[in-house]
Amino acid sequence: MPDYKWPPKDQRRIIGKPVNRVDGPAKASGRAKYSQDIKLPGMLYAAMLTCPHPHAKITSIDTSEAEKSPGVKGIQIISEPGTEIQWAGTEVALVAADTEEHARDGVRKIKVKYEVFNDHFVKEDDLAAAQKLGRAKPSGEAVTGDPDQAFKEADVISEGEYGIPVLTHCCHESHGQVIAFDGEKVEYRPSTQNVSGIGGDLAKGLEIPAANVHVHQDHMGGGFGSKFASDRWGVETAKLSKKVGGKPVRYHHDRRTELEIAGCRPAIYGRFKVGAKKDGTIIAWESKTWATGGFGGGGLNANLLPYVFRNVPNRRFNHTAVSINAGGARAWRAPNHPQVSFLTCAAIEDLAAKLKMDPLEVFIKNVQYTQRPEVYKAQLEKAAEMIGWKSKWHPRGQSGRGPVKTGLGIGVGTWGGMGHNATERVKIHPDGSVVLEIGSQDLGTGTRTIIVQTAAESLGLEMKDITLKIGDNRYPQAGASGGSTTVGGTSAATRKATLNALEKLFEAVAPSLGAQPDQLVAKDGKIMVKGDSSKSLTWKAACAKLGVTPIEATGSNNRRSPGGLIDSGVGGVQMAEVAVDAETGVVTLKKLVVVQDCGMIINPKTAASQCYGAAIMAICGALFEERIMDAATGRFLNADLEFYKLAGIKDIGKIEVHLDMAPEHDARGVVGLGEPPVIPGIAAISNAVANAIGVRVPRVPLTPDRVLAALERRRA
Amino acid sequence: MRSPKDSQVGKPPESGVSRRGFLQGVSLGGGALGAVVLERPAEAAPAGVAGPGEVEVSLWINGKEHKLKIEPRVTLLDALRDRLGLTGAKRVCDRGTCGACTVLVEGKAVYACSMLAIDAQGKNIQTIEGMTRGSELHPVMKAFVNNDAQQCGFCTPGFVVAAKAFIDEHPNPSEEDVMDGLGGNLCRCGTYMGIRKAVVEAARAMGGKNA
Repeated sequence: MPDYKWPPKDQRRIIGKPVNRVDGPAKASGRAKYSQDIKLPGMLYAAMLTCPHPHAKITSIDTSEAEKSPGVKGIQIISEPGTEIQWAGTEVALVAADTEEHARDGVRKIKVKYEVFNDHFVKEDDLAAAQKLGRAKPSGEAVTGDPDQAFKEADVISEGEYGIPVLTHCCHESHGQVIAFDGEKVEYRPSTQNVSGIGGDLAKGLEIPAANVHVHQDHMGGGFGSKFASDRWGVETAKLSKKVGGKPVRYHHDRRTELEIAGCRPAIYGRFKVGAKKDGTIIAWESKTWATGGFGGGGLNANLLPYVFRNVPNRRFNHTAVSINAGGARAWRAPNHPQVSFLTCAAIEDLAAKLKMDPLEVFIKNVQYTQRPEVYKAQLEKAAEMIGWKSKWHPRGQSGRGPVKTGLGIGVGTWGGMGHNATERVKIHPDGSVVLEIGSQDLGTGTRTIIVQTAAESLGLEMKDITLKIGDNRYPQAGASGGSTTVGGTSAATRKATLNALEKLFEAVAPSLGAQPDQLVAKDGKIMVKGDSSKSLTWKAACAKLGVTPIEATGSNNRRSPGGLIDSGVGGVQMAEVAVDAETGVVTLKKLVVVQDCGMIINPKTAASQCYGAAIMAICGALFEERIMDAATGRFLNADLEFYKLAGIKDIGKIEVHLDMAPEHDARGVVGLGEPPVIPGIAAISNAVANAIGVRVPRVPLTPDRVLAALERRRA
Repeated sequence: MRSPKDSQVGKPPESGVSRRGFLQGVSLGGGALGAVVLERPAEAAPAGVAGPGEVEVSLWINGKEHKLKIEPRVTLLDALRDRLGLTGAKRVCDRGTCGACTVLVEGKAVYACSMLAIDAQGKNIQTIEGMTRGSELHPVMKAFVNNDAQQCGFCTPGFVVAAKAFIDEHPNPSEEDVMDGLGGNLCRCGTYMGIRKAVVEAARAMGGKNA
């Protein structure tokens, strides 16, 4: 068996180099094809009718006029009469037509009668109302140590209430697919994070064998945790395709529907009480939280609070799930972590202010409660150095007399990121070409690029010598891209598959070089005898020795026995510098520094992009993003991109990323990076604003009205 | 690289005078209002007004004339994507907010979701497909690749076209200028850091002159 371990850092030629992403030219030139770009012969376009009421029962559906509408070819009822609907945006029917415009006409001509209940509840932040209406479900209490006694012993007790609203994924490519189903077999072109698994999911919905579904996807326009399943619209579009004689049908959500029902991140609100000694050591922690991810409520793992500092000895945790009439939650880039990071770090910063201590000192004082005290201490110090904490920090609220107040804040995060199970197949052809196949997907994280880098490194070739095929469920199975597991899973599978293939090649060419297979190495496009460069064959000449039969080999990553190639568990610290105009309430992010522990980095360029992008997503959450529900109508008021605010290119200040690539981290192998850097930013920015204006703005996003209201309360 | 400004080949006929009567009464505002009106089938269309059925439309795209039969309510974006197979411009917000559908009309960046195809007649339209020559990337595209100014890539073509239009007007921009100039496009993956650098680099590669 080959020795799979990564080459020592100083011997890597391609791994660790900041090469450009391999699909960059296709994307930058607009040639990359996404699900929404697919047009197949005879394809029909579908549009969907959704329910405008947050709580209603369908009493009748009349499609007679729609059926006669020009261009309409078929109608699929999704919610039959009698169905009770629990959120606006619920799927009612799909219409297929020769053009999208005709499909939308058809949708408008469907007559649905509803019994509207007018008893909907959408005020996710109002726990008292939820309790009164029976919409609150306590999930019990978890107690560790003796919090009551510890609070008695505390020198200082700090209390606060914080909240973070529902966010939506806002994938630029909305959910949907092109699908053709002839009653037996399915050709499926989704936009998905789960190429290998989504076919089986669809098959279940259609009650056909999983093997009958062929999935293919070249590129996908953003998922962030919301694109794992085939979803109702996938199954129903397939049924519609069958209805119109197996013709391909294209359906993707319009923007409103995308925001309303294609997934969101749960809101979490809570009251916190922290007890500490005079020196800043936390000894007691109490939280009463409630959360909602829609009609199904929203759970929270007790181990997540206090976040990162989870080993505070005395703690009490209470959580309540609140059910509202709104579309359901899905995984969202580090599920629950950005929220609990914000809640925890805000409580610690408020404690520091009450102790009249520098919060940096308080965070460092308590690293003993984290799972990696050394890492967090070093990261806090590094981030402090990058943002100029020592020279710029001032006690809370002491930001001078002018209207523009500046402040600094801290946030922390942690994540797993162990590589998922994945298998890759490698073919080395007699003409020297190398083809890799793996049923994975590139969400824009750089998966293609790191696979090709790993293969080229392992085979002693250049990246251009490698052909990579991903995005098809006919290739060997790879895990879904969730939990930051893809880089570990695919790089480890690639390493093993390529070295397994190389071993076979060595066996084939060893006689020609008068050596034993285990004396050979692949280097600089050659197969050579170790220590004797005079005995070598070019890659092409070596492969020609194969005759007519290509080499085929596979390699698998098994997360339970990763063999030193991959690892799990990272810490991260971010610090923000903000300027707040106390007259207008406008918060300007000046700088965000990102210090991330990350294991071995295959591509520092795409890795840095993950950090920048995640930091920007956190900035959106801290300053702009929020789902706003209208209590009267139960509708999502800003289900668009005008009023559901995302940061623009000017809104993000300056971002500096430090990837901690010290030898001891490198030695751990590959660890996922997609999620960790999205976690600490909201906390850092919120804390910086509190430091600037001298008072906590209890809820994010930190919009001008909230900032002004907080200042007003302080003056009152 | 040919842009509408220096292009003499494949130019659309001067002015759309002959189409004025044809277009009468369908002039619409962009953005949300326009889109709402678009969705409503014309119920009492006065004589001489196009539609609601299909009409012949001629579009000059990337130096070539394309004739197609579409309903007057079809946006330029949907005509490009669904009728002509030019899928570089993307539909994201469909309401003139995000810029993913950006194309050049007479050299100016335009949200193709907020312009009707019939209103684009007689105008020189350039899409991202018209910015490459064979496999040779435009300097803006090269700079986007070099600076990793893309992740999922769905907003990227819109950014690239908007950046070209911006550089045409501002041949020597600073990163600060780029932040003002590209405020009309949104990215969800968060590629702005790379884009700031890419646009400055592209402008330099284009020699501080209009490309």
